[in-house]
Amino acid sequence: MSSNKKYWKSVEELNENSSIVETLQQNEFVNEIPTDEFLGNKESLEASSTTRRDFLKYVGFSTAAASLAACEGPVIKSIPYVVQPESIIPGVANYYATTIANGFDFASVLVKTREGRPIKIENNNLAKTHNGANARVNASVLGLYDSLRVKSAMKDGKDILWSTFDTETNQKLTDLKNAGKEIVLLTQTYASPSTSKLISEFKEAYGNVRHVVYDAVSESATLDAYEAKYNVRGMASYDFSKAMTIVSVGADFLGDWQGGGFDAGYAQGRVPKDGKMSRHIQFESNMSLSGANADKRVPLTPSQQKQVLAKLYSLVVGGSVSTDLPQHIDQAVQKAASELKRAGSNGVLVTGIQDVNAQTVALAINESLGSKAFDPSTPILTRQGNNNAVAKLVADMKAGRVGGIIMSGVNPLYTLPNAADFTEGLEKTELSISFSMKADETSSATQYIAAAPHYLESWGDVELKKGHYSLMQPAIRTLFDTRQFQEALLKWTGNDMSYREYIKETWGTGILSGSSFNKALQDGVYVGSIATEIEDTADAVDASEVSDEPAPATSAGSAARALASSAKSEGMELSLYTKVGMGDGQQANNPWLQEFPDPITRTSWDNYLTISAADAKDLGLVNEYEATGALNGSYVDITVNGVTVKNVPVIIQPGQAKGSVGLSFGYGRTSGLKEEMMTGISAYPLYQNFNTAQSVSITKAAGMHEFACVQLQNTLMGRGDIIKETTLEIFNTYDREDHKYGWNKVPKVSLNHEETPVTSPEVDLWDEFDRSIGHHFNLSIDLNSCTGCGACVIACHAENNVPVVGKEEIRRSRDMHWLRIDRYYSSEDTFAEDDTKKEEFSGLTGDKGSLGGFAELEIAADNPQVAFQPVMCQHCNHAPCETVCPVAATSHGRQGQNHMAYNRCVGTRYCANNCPYKVRRFNWFLYAQNDEFDYYMNDDLGRMVLNPDVTVRSRGVMEKCSMCIQMTQKTILDAKRDGRVIKDGEFKTACSAACSSGAIKFGDINDKESEVAKLKENDRMYHLLESVGTKPNVQYQTKVRNTTEA
Amino acid sequence: MIQVIYRQLASKIPYLGLVILLTFTTSLTAQEGDPAKGKTLYNTNCAACHQLDRKMTGPALRNVEARLAEEQGLDREWLNKWIRNSAGLIKSGDAYANQIYNEYNQVAMTAFPQLSDQDISDILAYTAEPKAEPAPTPGPDTGGTGGQVEGGISNKLILGALAILFALLAIALVLVRQTLNRFAEEKGVEIAAQDKGLPIWKAFVKNQFLVLVSVIFLMLASAYFVYGYLSQIGVDQGYEPVQPIHYSHRIHAGENGIDCKYCHSSARVSKHSGIPSLNICMNCHKSIYQVAEETQQMGIDEYGVDYNAEIQKLYKAVGWDEDEQQYTGETQPVKWVRIHNLPDFAYFNHSQHVSVAGVQCQTCHGPVEEMEVMYQHAPLTMGWCINCHRETNVKVEDNAYYTKIHEQLSKKYGVDKLTAAQMGGLECGKCHY
Repeated sequence: MSSNKKYWKSVEELNENSSIVETLQQNEFVNEIPTDEFLGNKESLEASSTTRRDFLKYVGFSTAAASLAACEGPVIKSIPYVVQPESIIPGVANYYATTIANGFDFASVLVKTREGRPIKIENNNLAKTHNGANARVNASVLGLYDSLRVKSAMKDGKDILWSTFDTETNQKLTDLKNAGKEIVLLTQTYASPSTSKLISEFKEAYGNVRHVVYDAVSESATLDAYEAKYNVRGMASYDFSKAMTIVSVGADFLGDWQGGGFDAGYAQGRVPKDGKMSRHIQFESNMSLSGANADKRVPLTPSQQKQVLAKLYSLVVGGSVSTDLPQHIDQAVQKAASELKRAGSNGVLVTGIQDVNAQTVALAINESLGSKAFDPSTPILTRQGNNNAVAKLVADMKAGRVGGIIMSGVNPLYTLPNAADFTEGLEKTELSISFSMKADETSSATQYIAAAPHYLESWGDVELKKGHYSLMQPAIRTLFDTRQFQEALLKWTGNDMSYREYIKETWGTGILSGSSFNKALQDGVYVGSIATEIEDTADAVDASEVSDEPAPATSAGSAARALASSAKSEGMELSLYTKVGMGDGQQANNPWLQEFPDPITRTSWDNYLTISAADAKDLGLVNEYEATGALNGSYVDITVNGVTVKNVPVIIQPGQAKGSVGLSFGYGRTSGLKEEMMTGISAYPLYQNFNTAQSVSITKAAGMHEFACVQLQNTLMGRGDIIKETTLEIFNTYDREDHKYGWNKVPKVSLNHEETPVTSPEVDLWDEFDRSIGHHFNLSIDLNSCTGCGACVIACHAENNVPVVGKEEIRRSRDMHWLRIDRYYSSEDTFAEDDTKKEEFSGLTGDKGSLGGFAELEIAADNPQVAFQPVMCQHCNHAPCETVCPVAATSHGRQGQNHMAYNRCVGTRYCANNCPYKVRRFNWFLYAQNDEFDYYMNDDLGRMVLNPDVTVRSRGVMEKCSMCIQMTQKTILDAKRDGRVIKDGEFKTACSAACSSGAIKFGDINDKESEVAKLKENDRMYHLLESVGTKPNVQYQTKVRNTTEA
Repeated sequence: MIQVIYRQLASKIPYLGLVILLTFTTSLTAQEGDPAKGKTLYNTNCAACHQLDRKMTGPALRNVEARLAEEQGLDREWLNKWIRNSAGLIKSGDAYANQIYNEYNQVAMTAFPQLSDQDISDILAYTAEPKAEPAPTPGPDTGGTGGQVEGGISNKLILGALAILFALLAIALVLVRQTLNRFAEEKGVEIAAQDKGLPIWKAFVKNQFLVLVSVIFLMLASAYFVYGYLSQIGVDQGYEPVQPIHYSHRIHAGENGIDCKYCHSSARVSKHSGIPSLNICMNCHKSIYQVAEETQQMGIDEYGVDYNAEIQKLYKAVGWDEDEQQYTGETQPVKWVRIHNLPDFAYFNHSQHVSVAGVQCQTCHGPVEEMEVMYQHAPLTMGWCINCHRETNVKVEDNAYYTKIHEQLSKKYGVDKLTAAQMGGLECGKCHY
């Protein structure tokens, strides 16, 4: 209803002739609107010919034009070679044999290159001598494409030309020579015949030259002991495949003990053959890979380890020592000794105690046993560092007695415990040069940074073991304006040769004895008969001058006594160790390694203090889970001899010896790496006197640390069908289906009240497809030979372009690893007891009630059994993921692979929810070319490592292990092209090729003669969660533990 | 003095002259040879390394005999020796032979011992022919184009005339109608107003059923077209970009019959067919520095392309100095525009199709030998791939890899020949990983 009411806005309106009303009718605002203020510069506005309407027109037009232009496909340019190199065919991979020798990792490897770019490291199977490529070596290819590499020679932080560098350094070196001042070469262990020769030539040319070899993580004690006994600075080699009884006192020989690379031999002896397998007893304080694989593990503190070793010596070799070991340890030592003695030449003892006496005793025990696994005649040469020489150098530098220092492959300002002294000394030198790939802690402090090439751009040679040589050759032209140390030495000594020619000459005269250099280069390895001269660096040390340690005992007997009586430590004892993922820390800027979960703690992006549950309780330290499933831990401050490291996060580690703690090297880098990679705490300040065992005091600090841990369920909860395991005795005595002792029973379900194996077709929901035609791939994983080293995880990363997601995402359980290695602890003393405990639950409450019982089962034992289980997509023949995909993005191939069509996936994640193995990974974000994830896929250089045969996934799609279908397809295509049948062993996946211990085997089960077909018929074979009836194409071989005590 | 009167001299001189002339002529003919024969011989034996008027692998040969005689004082004998066995001549230490040898990068000329004296004469006769004047622009061609233009005009004329005619007709009709109306008005004839009834569109709007049906029909039709439009997004069938060098597949693969895999050699062993590197072009174009005149003319007329200029572009890119006949080392890689683009998530391997299956390149790339400018022949969609996999039999003959699987599968499917689909060629993971 309309109203005739009139509303007056003001009194003025009543007056009909009011001028104000009239004015207001025309002009709403009485005062002039200050448009000039917000329209800015009036002049320029007036000068502009663009009116508001024009402006809107432009906006409209450009929006329309932009959207129209977006409809056009991009124009893609293709630029062929002008002159195509004969060896390169676009789309076909080339392989080159080379060697990594970065001072910490030494291995003969193959480099896969595509269109001239190295994209993957693989094992060189011709290298019979030493070790396969571990996780770090596999990841090292990414270091080549590190965007933070030094790109040319630098002086005081500015780029200079190499010619300038040459003139200036030559002048300074000559000045130093004429002034009679000392020039020091401080290098990593090169173990390189040609480099040794070059350095002696340099010494000749410049007179007063000292060469000091420095290993960040020292094996000096081992070298000293070996040198005292055998007059060569090296380390005895061990072949664990020949040992039936292995006793290790604090030696993580499956990790990086004495350079590592012993796992392949060890794994061979672990597979039961003719009812026999090796027995492994481990005495250690930290839970290490070796301890996790041991049949019997005795946790004890580092000082107790010394006593154990002394006692073992007295029991095995003779003599008497007095020890005060607790009774249970004493008994364990007695038993170990008797087992060793019984094994005789089949036994071997190793120790990781950084003490000359301990190493002397170990050599003596092995010699006395006549151990077949122990080979002192061909020493390993990949560690040459000398603690005393380094200590003396630092002292001399500090005293100003060193004129110039040239460093290569070392980072003492990060790795030296007394880095401050070194800095002080460095300032007193007249010339300091650092050959380095990065502006790291040390090279930022030197006058010159000589940009060094990556090993994939370098020439080199390595004598891994005496008489066992390996060659390094570039797989790509240097990406930047770099020069390797040896080339510079050649220049300084006035030699016009290239380093390649120099190596060829050295080899031609000294090593090859008539064999072809090119053949050796092609193979990458060469076993010679003539031993080359090992450079004598002994002159660098005057033992009496610096040695503040007790002089090494002359005989093993007195060494053992010295060991037994060595000082007991007060308070907590710290064992410093290296992690499989990070080593000594030189690859800290490698996102693959940062994200690699530690095999034991399953924690990535961090190092931490490992502590036993009891000690943690005493100190009030906790590990907590957040609601999101992320792990948090307390902080502590650690003090060693007045040096305090603050805010070290704590992880409570089952199996950690009471009274001991562990901390790993390699973290806490501050310079030459991206901010994301500056993780963890540096343990080097605590590495005093290069001794890994330190007495520490620990105090709790405030706050909680956020960990990125990928596995929070640490125990198996008595579910013995996940990791099936048995003892050697039962394995040898009983049938797998034995009613009582059956150790690998096929699960049964009830069909018409009859027990029917789940494998029989009557109880299957699905129809069986005929898979007898063509290839049918199976992957077999032997839980006995898998040491948990994780090389496969990195190999999978490299082969399949698996993205790095970063710490925050890992905390949200969004890790992308296609292949994970689950690690389980037992809750009781053994997994078998867990199973029994679960079986015996009755009722909800009470002593055997399941409510409390399951809670107890979640807590790992103080000294648990440990099992590793690599889990990737199981490629189920009856796959639960396939049936729930609404768009059929995942489907099954005839060859047994579960396919994943990324372009079809719409990201419902039903498949991941329906997967009983939890192996599917979802791309929550775009991980490539995204500034939020500034890892290698975010820069042009880093993306060079991508495998061009595998799609880089985008946001919103599911991904998972493809069983390396690109590799199987390539093998098939090669055979088709040659018109031949495929032989067994040709089919490979990235993980099976990377597994040097032979735990992962891959092949075609329709080829009845293939290894994997035979493994499928093996008694030990079982499928993961067989009762679900998914019929996986991944098999596991039951773990057998040798618990037989002699 | 005895006067001797050569009475017959006058009459004899002509004879003598004739004799001399005859001898001379015959001898000349014997020496000069037949330029026509010479041309044939020249093209078979010499043309790979020599041009008449420019330096190539060997020197230019126009008037070589005369030139040698003039400049070096070398006779036919020397030439014969050189042609039949240049290496021998160089070895013998002949000064000029060695000079030439060194001048041309110490590449000895192929020996032609099979050439007879006569052959050599023929060839030299051919080289001695004067340089042909550049032919005037052929008349018929201009006439041809003129004719075409005329044809175009005449068509337009006819159409125009017709249009005018129709317009006139229409005007006439309007005028007639007006006149008739005027007559009717004057005569007072009432033109009965027609009962208009309902206009058709109103009738249509009132019929709801019809409206509903037509709306549904319109929606379906537009959905069809929208779907059709959307599904051709990203399908670049017929994509024919302008390339930095006008490379004619028609001439190379068609007229010259060069095998595709001569240049795209990696198609045999690699996933990529590979764009040939420029050194492959230079295998031939070192000596082919220009095209035949007819070809050149045709290029200009039909495609507006100066083929010779395109060859110069190649030389520039590869850094070939024509005058010095050597590489300068200054290269400018050619940025070709890529035509066939599969998305990153689809894996395609040329060698599987070319080497293993023996599929002709043309099956997917179309009649390349007829394409002046390369374009995308096939849609390269997944449906297109799959159709072919369904229809094509696997080539299992003489391939040991297939023996067992073929036997088993053909038993299973009860067929003699297996298609790629039956072999598993339709599985997602075969192309998507």
